[in-house]
Amino acid sequence: MSQQIVPVKTYVLVFASLIGLTLLTTGVAFVDMGPFNTVAALVIAFSKMLLVLLFFMHLRHSGGLVRIAVLAGFFWLALLIALTMSDYRTRTWTSAPAPWSVTAPPTHP
Amino acid sequence: MSDVHGDRAQAEHFGMAHQFEDLGQQQDVDTFGIWVFLVTEIMFFGGVFAAYAIFRWLYYAAFEGGSRILDVRLGAINTVVLLASSLTMALSVRSAQTGNRRALVLFLILTMILGGVFLGVKAVEYNQKFVERIVPRLDWGPEGEVLARLALGGLDHAQLYFFFYFAMTGLHALHMIIGMGLLLWLVLRARKGGFTPSYFAPVEVVGLYWHFVDIVWIFLFPLLYLIGGRY
Amino acid sequence: MSTATLEPRLQSPRNYLNADYGWKSWLLTLDHKRIALLYMVSITFFFVIGGFFAVLMRIHLIEPQGALVQPETYNKLFTLHGVIMIFFFLVPSIPAVLGNFLVPLMIGARDLAFPKLNLLSWYIYVVGGLFTLYSAIAGGVDTGWTFYTPYSSTYSNTQVTAVVVGVFVVGFSSILTGLNFIVTIHKMRAPGLTWFRMPLFLWAIYATSIIMILGTPVLAISLFLLALEHLFHVGIFSPALGGDPLLFQHLFWFYSHPTVYIMILPAMGVVSEIIACFARKRIFGYKIVGFSSVAIAVLGFLVWGHHMFVTGQSVYAGLIFSFLSFLVAIPSAIKVFNWTSTLYKGSISYEAPMLYALGFIGLFTMGGLTGMFLASLATDVHLNGTYFIVAHFHYIMVGGAVMGYLGGMHFWWPKISGRKYPNGWAALAAVIIFVGFNLTFFPQFILGYLGMPRRYAFYPAEFQVLNVMSSAGASILGVGYLIPLIYFIWSMRYGPVAEANPWGAKGLEWQTASPPPTENFAQTPVVTEEAYAYSGEEEVGGV
Repeated sequence: MSQQIVPVKTYVLVFASLIGLTLLTTGVAFVDMGPFNTVAALVIAFSKMLLVLLFFMHLRHSGGLVRIAVLAGFFWLALLIALTMSDYRTRTWTSAPAPWSVTAPPTHP
Repeated sequence: MSDVHGDRAQAEHFGMAHQFEDLGQQQDVDTFGIWVFLVTEIMFFGGVFAAYAIFRWLYYAAFEGGSRILDVRLGAINTVVLLASSLTMALSVRSAQTGNRRALVLFLILTMILGGVFLGVKAVEYNQKFVERIVPRLDWGPEGEVLARLALGGLDHAQLYFFFYFAMTGLHALHMIIGMGLLLWLVLRARKGGFTPSYFAPVEVVGLYWHFVDIVWIFLFPLLYLIGGRY
Repeated sequence: MSTATLEPRLQSPRNYLNADYGWKSWLLTLDHKRIALLYMVSITFFFVIGGFFAVLMRIHLIEPQGALVQPETYNKLFTLHGVIMIFFFLVPSIPAVLGNFLVPLMIGARDLAFPKLNLLSWYIYVVGGLFTLYSAIAGGVDTGWTFYTPYSSTYSNTQVTAVVVGVFVVGFSSILTGLNFIVTIHKMRAPGLTWFRMPLFLWAIYATSIIMILGTPVLAISLFLLALEHLFHVGIFSPALGGDPLLFQHLFWFYSHPTVYIMILPAMGVVSEIIACFARKRIFGYKIVGFSSVAIAVLGFLVWGHHMFVTGQSVYAGLIFSFLSFLVAIPSAIKVFNWTSTLYKGSISYEAPMLYALGFIGLFTMGGLTGMFLASLATDVHLNGTYFIVAHFHYIMVGGAVMGYLGGMHFWWPKISGRKYPNGWAALAAVIIFVGFNLTFFPQFILGYLGMPRRYAFYPAEFQVLNVMSSAGASILGVGYLIPLIYFIWSMRYGPVAEANPWGAKGLEWQTASPPPTENFAQTPVVTEEAYAYSGEEEVGGV
């Protein structure tokens, strides 16, 4: 099965972009943007990941099957995080006290 | 009409296993196989990222405080080093595709060197944690400046942050070490001319694994080193 | 050596069994069929050990105050019974034995995609098993197979680390098996074998493999974190140090609930094959049944919180999980309806495999329906932690999965061994198993409803009658399991030689010799007909 041969220039360009994004995320971290610091960091990290996936890992030229597999992996991880988080986020919605109070500090040294 | 048995014999001579019809199918299968394995790795690392997400939400101040203790320069340097190693890895796969044996070996060795640099910097960082005595449970006794900075975020849960620091970077480093071993195996095979433009699946497979380990670090860097900004 | 003195049947044509001799040819084999047999022997070994622990428990529970062991020992018995039965018997059983043997045959390939990984997966299984056996011998584990924190991570002083390592390791065996099946089914089907011509067993194995791939790594990481917590007491699972025990449960059940579908989906695939063959009919609603397997695999990942309704999980999360748990019952029910519709107006014969399949349908339905009570938040509050749960999952796991495994073994035994077993004994064993099983576990529904807690070494005296019934049933069940073990071994030497297709079944595996040659097919087959293209007229010829 013949595979596309990616030009060296493409790889170098992608690498330069990755370095640029790294500098960006490091720089942005020194600026106070409140909760958006986390958002920015994640958006940049996702972009870097996409670059590596699409170009270094050839996902751009891979068939639908591989793409579905990768999507499925991330989707499942999102399920794990989202549904687990839904427990923690909504525990305090009910007035009855939870058996453990994870936000209270421990009372012994 | 081609000689099917002759074709098979030739293909098997070039490293095709008997359950396949041709080298193309084998390459396709090997590539798909490593992708499926990487999906399992997404879930494996994902589990500890999920735990991290929960605790970061619960004890944000402590995570922020712990993150400030880390050396951003070393983290950034390591990120650049690992990205460069992905570049050299991609170039080594390309060299295999084009049949350039010398370039293949060169880029594989470069990838190994960069991986070694990463691990070296990691060792320096780990050592620093022992010096500063911020290793959870094994040697926890921060003093002076370090203690003051940690106390800003709440000393109670600082250990939890460093637990995640060690657990996540430790797992990552373990995967790097395995990757280095795989690279060495590739170098030895490549030097003996084991790869041709029609058979280089192992290089591609190790390459995909290496890139994945790089992606994990792409997330570890901001999540561990750059929490909440450093204003 | 003169061949004149050899009996005719010993001069069988070259097949995978006689292709090579010696322990190296077995322990270093790359042949998927031999690897399947390696697994068959190992899982049978662990089934016996796990079953032995169950026997001890049922003897102990004859008396309200316990008849046999100390409470601490009882805790170790139910823990290791669970760990061994789930991770070392049920999860591998059909996939690693029947799946490994049949997948390449059913798709018309010479072997799986990665034969070396296949062999590696068996060795990983063995290493995991050794760690677990060590934990049992070195003092046992008393945390329950669920390893709930903070008891397992902070307070228990039993062999937690060893057993956690064992389960962690065996998880990778599962991952490699699933990986192999997914790649093989996608990439190595014979010409003409489209997805919708595949036997439903392959759909079931495929869905199972998806679960193995996506779920098992999360078990691995949760056990890894548990081990770290156990060794270093950092506190991620300990409330006293700011941690949350529920985090472990979330991570653990994210895998362990889908794992019950790993255990049941392959059995459902087996049942589809058997029903089609012994009713001489195409499976009713083939596509729906195939899709329902995938639907179960997907939906199965969304319901894990129903194990945590009473542990302190948020009620709102509980609501979501409860609703989703009701949803996941639908594809399972669809299968039962489709099997029943297949049987309607079929030419049914009652060989041993069919008896197991029919038993499966009834018992799985009961187990599944009782799951509805547990999916419902309000009733689960009452039933959680009682014997109702124990009965529910044993109906599915034993009445379902084990019967499916035994049915599959009886169906494909002639193909695997080249021999037939005595159908009279097989039918008798199936009936004994069915009777013994129900006598063992039906009383437990009642016990649970009346409030008898599970994992307790003693119980109030008013529950004794039901407990004695259950223990009596267990002894019958044990006898039932022994009988096939005996005649299968007997058949390998004395059983009548089997022809290529003793049941007259459809499917590529029946078009090659029994036992198959090492390379499975002399030539790559080309598939031209739909799955289960039975004419619906003749009955099975009989064994």
